This record gives sequence, structure tokens and C-alpha cells, in this order.
Amino acid sequence: MANKLISQMGLPPSLSHVFSARNILTAKDALSLPETDLMTLLDIDIALVRSAVASISEATCPPFQTGLALLEEKMKSGGHLSTLLPGLDNALCGGIPFGALTELVGPSGIGKTQFCLKLALLAALPECYGGLNGRVIYIDTESKFSSRRMIEIGEGSFPQIFRLQGLAQKMAERIIVTRPTSISEFNDSLQQMKLTLLQNEVKLLIVDSIAALVCWDNEKGTISSRQSPLRGSLSFLKSIAEFSQVPVVVTNQVRSHSSDDTFHYIFKGHRKDTSNSERSESHLTAALGIQWAHAVTIRLIFEAHSGHRFIKVAKSPISPPVAFPFVVESSGITLLNQEGISVAGSEINAIRCKGCNILTQ
Amino acid sequence: MEISNLPISPSIRSKLLSKGYTSLSSLSSISPSFLAQELSVKLEEAVEVLRAVSDTTTSKSAHIPNGIIPGAVTAWDMLSEEQMQRHISTGCEDLDAILGGGIHCKEVTEVGGVPGIGKTQLGIQLAVNVQIPVEYGGLGGKAVYIDTEGSFMAERAYQIAEGCIYDILDKFPSNSREFLSCKERLQVNNFLAGIFYFRICSYTEQIAVINYLENFLTEHGDVKLVIIDSVTFHFRQDFDDLAQRTRVLGGLSLRLMKLSKMFNLAVVLLNQVTTKFTDGSFQLTLALGDSWSHSCTNRIILHWNGNERCAYIEKSPSVASASAPYLVTGKGIRGINSNFKRARIM
Repeated sequence: MANKLISQMGLPPSLSHVFSARNILTAKDALSLPETDLMTLLDIDIALVRSAVASISEATCPPFQTGLALLEEKMKSGGHLSTLLPGLDNALCGGIPFGALTELVGPSGIGKTQFCLKLALLAALPECYGGLNGRVIYIDTESKFSSRRMIEIGEGSFPQIFRLQGLAQKMAERIIVTRPTSISEFNDSLQQMKLTLLQNEVKLLIVDSIAALVCWDNEKGTISSRQSPLRGSLSFLKSIAEFSQVPVVVTNQVRSHSSDDTFHYIFKGHRKDTSNSERSESHLTAALGIQWAHAVTIRLIFEAHSGHRFIKVAKSPISPPVAFPFVVESSGITLLNQEGISVAGSEINAIRCKGCNILTQ
Repeated sequence: MEISNLPISPSIRSKLLSKGYTSLSSLSSISPSFLAQELSVKLEEAVEVLRAVSDTTTSKSAHIPNGIIPGAVTAWDMLSEEQMQRHISTGCEDLDAILGGGIHCKEVTEVGGVPGIGKTQLGIQLAVNVQIPVEYGGLGGKAVYIDTEGSFMAERAYQIAEGCIYDILDKFPSNSREFLSCKERLQVNNFLAGIFYFRICSYTEQIAVINYLENFLTEHGDVKLVIIDSVTFHFRQDFDDLAQRTRVLGGLSLRLMKLSKMFNLAVVLLNQVTTKFTDGSFQLTLALGDSWSHSCTNRIILHWNGNERCAYIEKSPSVASASAPYLVTGKGIRGINSNFKRARIM
């Protein structure tokens, strides 16, 4: 919509000629300038500028829907990819939502890739078995995708289906794995995907992991700029999700959390928070910063403490803050407690990694 | 006022100056055809110039009943108007109390906080609460929800509307005659149908929708609330020239303020946080910069206070800075002391 051409908007011809003569060709060019700048640039008076901007805005503005229409649309299209983990599905009102960015964050080795493998399988399954009957695009930046493991998960979770001849092959053929080696390759494949997603019936997009891409880009010395190198890709990922109404699942890494990282608002003053010191040894935080944390719609934190692993629903517009203990088995991830443990307060955002290191036991 | 301050195109202005017309009085007694001939412009353009001149001169000497300046009202009139204003309840009594009743109409309120604190929840709660019928203490108006991040979930709006209706029916006895008629209007589907939802995918569309709102609001006169969730997202992603960004944002906020006054509605902008280097260390602050922080009338920051969610009024011309705790429950935003059963979301 932003790149809509002014010449096609139905403005009076003399006006659109003035715009194109000054090289203001798209709605984006026209609306990025304040009205007085446009008046100076185009050499026409303010009333004419205002009416031109009003017509361009009306043409560029997307149509509106009522909340009721939105709900009905959601009901029709299903709207969720069930994870087959009843507790998690309940908390997320059905499963991983379509059209939104879901983030899985946790320390290495905790089970994020296992979760992604199972999701990929679930999306490829035919609808009679609870799947989406579509293709899956798996963007693997750390070379962690293991098809053997995925078939193992399949045989463990749906033994009766996978014994059927040829079905395992059919499922595996629906999962498309790509391994970009730089951010520009990643962006290019995203661009191409926007067109092919609908044509090829892709029902799930997984990026495992997005933090690795940023690490590569650091070699160019962009650490000095405070703006993340992923800016363009982020809004593009979101718009792909919206446009094609597929679930997009992204994996993120963690980094250690020093006490300097605890930012406070100016009005709160500088209080020394003593409780932080005991947590700082095992306190981790999600990579990619606060801008990324704002951008994702749902954040699932995978953490380990007191000898168990937990999936926490940390950020979600539709769920209460709950944590589910889980284990990783041959059939993938299984929840130990379907009810979930309610987590109070800002604990829901903490990531801990205690109790699963074999050397300390 | 000089010729250089008139809202006319630069080429005509330079022609006027080169012909010696430097002040408004020199243009006061000239006919359009004479001016057209003098400047070698078309007759219509000369008429426009003279109209611009007469607009600026008559505004200085017009007679206005109450205020001495056109468009002004006395403080007494404003006071009586303000006392008649209804406010939009946030769902939490403590927060309503420190806000002086709720979110004010005719003002732009900015709400910011870290991810996951409940900004979108508050946005959806306000979009539902503005529709509470007048008989039950609400405004009975509709809401425009401009979503730039895709965080509006229709199922959650359904839950919040359900919770709101449940609490209203609980609070008001349903046997009195005047309530019976509007009780029928208290349907969840009606509340959902009263939210006009725009999904914005770039900052160009964001600017376009705010420009278009004037026409939209003229058509849909019962809209009493405009929420933008969030105003920051696209401006942080793709804008490279920060000075231009500040100017564009300034234009946006002026337009929103004008809309709120013209149509007597409340504008609520949800903002993200960023870090700023002050006093030798990084502090949390709302995004979009220092110039933007002046644009809004009121500013509320949602933050974690230990294990509690709190709302802090950082900036308001009419109420004192204060903090109030709130909860995000299955039914929406509620206060801590309200009697409720913590419903599990199914």
C-alpha cells in the first residue's frame, strides 16, 4: 500500500503531473514529508496540498473491519496450529496462532529445536490427523535440522500413521529446509517467499534461529550503531505472517544478564535491588534486545531450574502467565502437568538455567 | 504580518516581493484583475492571494461574543464543559481514581511500558469500556483501533467484552424499567461490532490513516475513542532520517490533537520503551525521543513494581503524579481490591 503510485490514484491530471515532475511517485514519498515541505517543493498553495494529501491518504489507507467480522473470520479459518500439548493449547486458546510471530527463547540444549521439529511435522500431517496438510518452510541457520530425528518423533507420536507405507516419505517431502549463510541471503529468500507462500500451500514458517543471523552480521562492525541489523527483516516477517495468515515461529538465543542490564525508569530512582545479586549467577536474558521483545506477539520461554524444564508463556495477548514442566522424549516434547503452574509477577520474564548441567551434579 | 508569512506558493510570493508588495496593507485595496496583470499570473491565483490576505486581516478585527480573540472561550465556559464530560473507565478503580475518573476526552493520552506489561490489554479494555451505555455510567460510543503490530486478538476482545458485561449486570440491579431496554444492547457481539479495526503495515499507511480519520469520523459520528497500538513500531523500523521523523511525528500529534478536540473524543497512543543515556547510565524511557514526549497531553507509564503491575502518571496537566496497581485477569484489566474470581482462560 505504501508503494501505491500517485498516478493511479485518480487525482486531477494537472496535480499528478506536478507530483511526478518533482519525482514524488509513490504514496510513501508524498506522505513522508510535512505539508509545508510539499508546498515548497511542488510550488502550489496550501489548500491544494491539503486536498491532495487527503486524497492520497484516503487511497492509501487500508479498509477497516469491525471486531465482529475479525472474530468470524478467525472462527472460519481455524486460526491455530495445535501443538498436541493440551495444557499449552488451552493456554494459547487453541495453539500457535496464524498471522502472528511466536518466539521460542531459551538456553542452548533445552529443547527449542525439538519443539520446532514436532511443529513442522504437525503442520505437514493431513487434516484427519489434526495437521494443516501443507508444506513447511524451515529456515535453519545453525544446521540443526535432523530429518532422522524428525522421523523418530513422527514414529513415536503417531505410530499407526508412520507405519503406513510411503507416508513418512510424503511427510518428509513437504518440509523444505533452507540454510542461508548471511542476512542478505535470508532477506532475499524472504522476498521470494512472499509470492510463493500462497501458491505452494505453505502452512508454517520456522526460523531456527534468528539470533544466529545477527551474530554473523556483527563481523561488519555494526555493533556501534544502536539500531539492530534485523530491522528490515523483522517488519517483513510480520507482514508475511499477516498477509498469508500462516504461523511464523522464530527461535532466539540467550545471553547472560549482568546487573548493569537491569534498567530502571528515571522516576523510580536508583534503588539498590539486593534480591538481584543472588539471581545474577543463573540469570539470563533473551538476545536481540528490547525492540525485538516488543515486536513478537507471543513469547514462550524455555528454562530449567530445580531439576525440571519448564515452558513459560511469558508474553501473550490471550494467556495468563503459566509455566508447564516438560521432558524431551523420543516422541518429542511431553508436558508433565497439563494444568500449568501460575507464575506471579515479573518472574514470568526470567530465564534460568540451573540444574541441568551434568558437571555440577 | 508580512507577505512572507502568507500561505501561498513560493513563486507567487517571490513575484509579489519583486513587484514591491511587502506588507499586507499594500494589497488591501487592489482588485484581482489588476493583481493578475501586475504579477502575470492567472486570475484565479490572484483571487486566492487576496483571499489569503483577507483571511489574515479580518481575523484580527472580528467581533466575537465571549472571547476577545476568535475561536477562544472563557475559562468559566471550559470549566462547566469539563464538569459535564464523562471519562472512559479503565476497569481498575484505583487507576480511574488517580486519573480523575478515567481517560479524558478531548485529550491525547500516551501509555507506555515494557513488553508484556499489558498495554494491548489496556487498549482492548478501553475499546470495550467506551461502549458501555450511558445509563450504566459509560459513554455509549464506538472505538477505532489502529493496530500496527498485529497484537489485537479478536478472541481476547470477546473475553474482555464478556467480562465487562458480566460485571455491569452484577453491579446494577436489572429489575428497574429504564435498564431493561438497554440491557438488550448489552450483547458481546454488539460490543465487538462497535470496534472499527485498521491493520497498518507501514508508517506510510499510519500517516494515511490518521489523515483519513477526519473523513471517517465525520461519517461515523458516534466514535468516542481512537487507539493506536503502537504508535512506535513502524517509525522505529524503517525511518533513517531522525530529524524528518521528528517533524512527521510532530505533524501526526498535532493532527490527533485537533481530531480529539473537533470530535470530542479521547485519543490513546500506546508506546514502546527504549534506553536513554542520562546521568552517566542507561535509563528506561518511552521511545520516539524527547520532542515526542512533549506532544501528548497525558503520559502514563506501566511498569513492574516488584511482582505487581503498576500504572504511574508521569505527566498530566490536571491530576497529580501518582501510582496505582492493577491486574490483568481473564476478564480484562481490574483493580486489586475488586471482588472477582480469577477465571481461567479456556
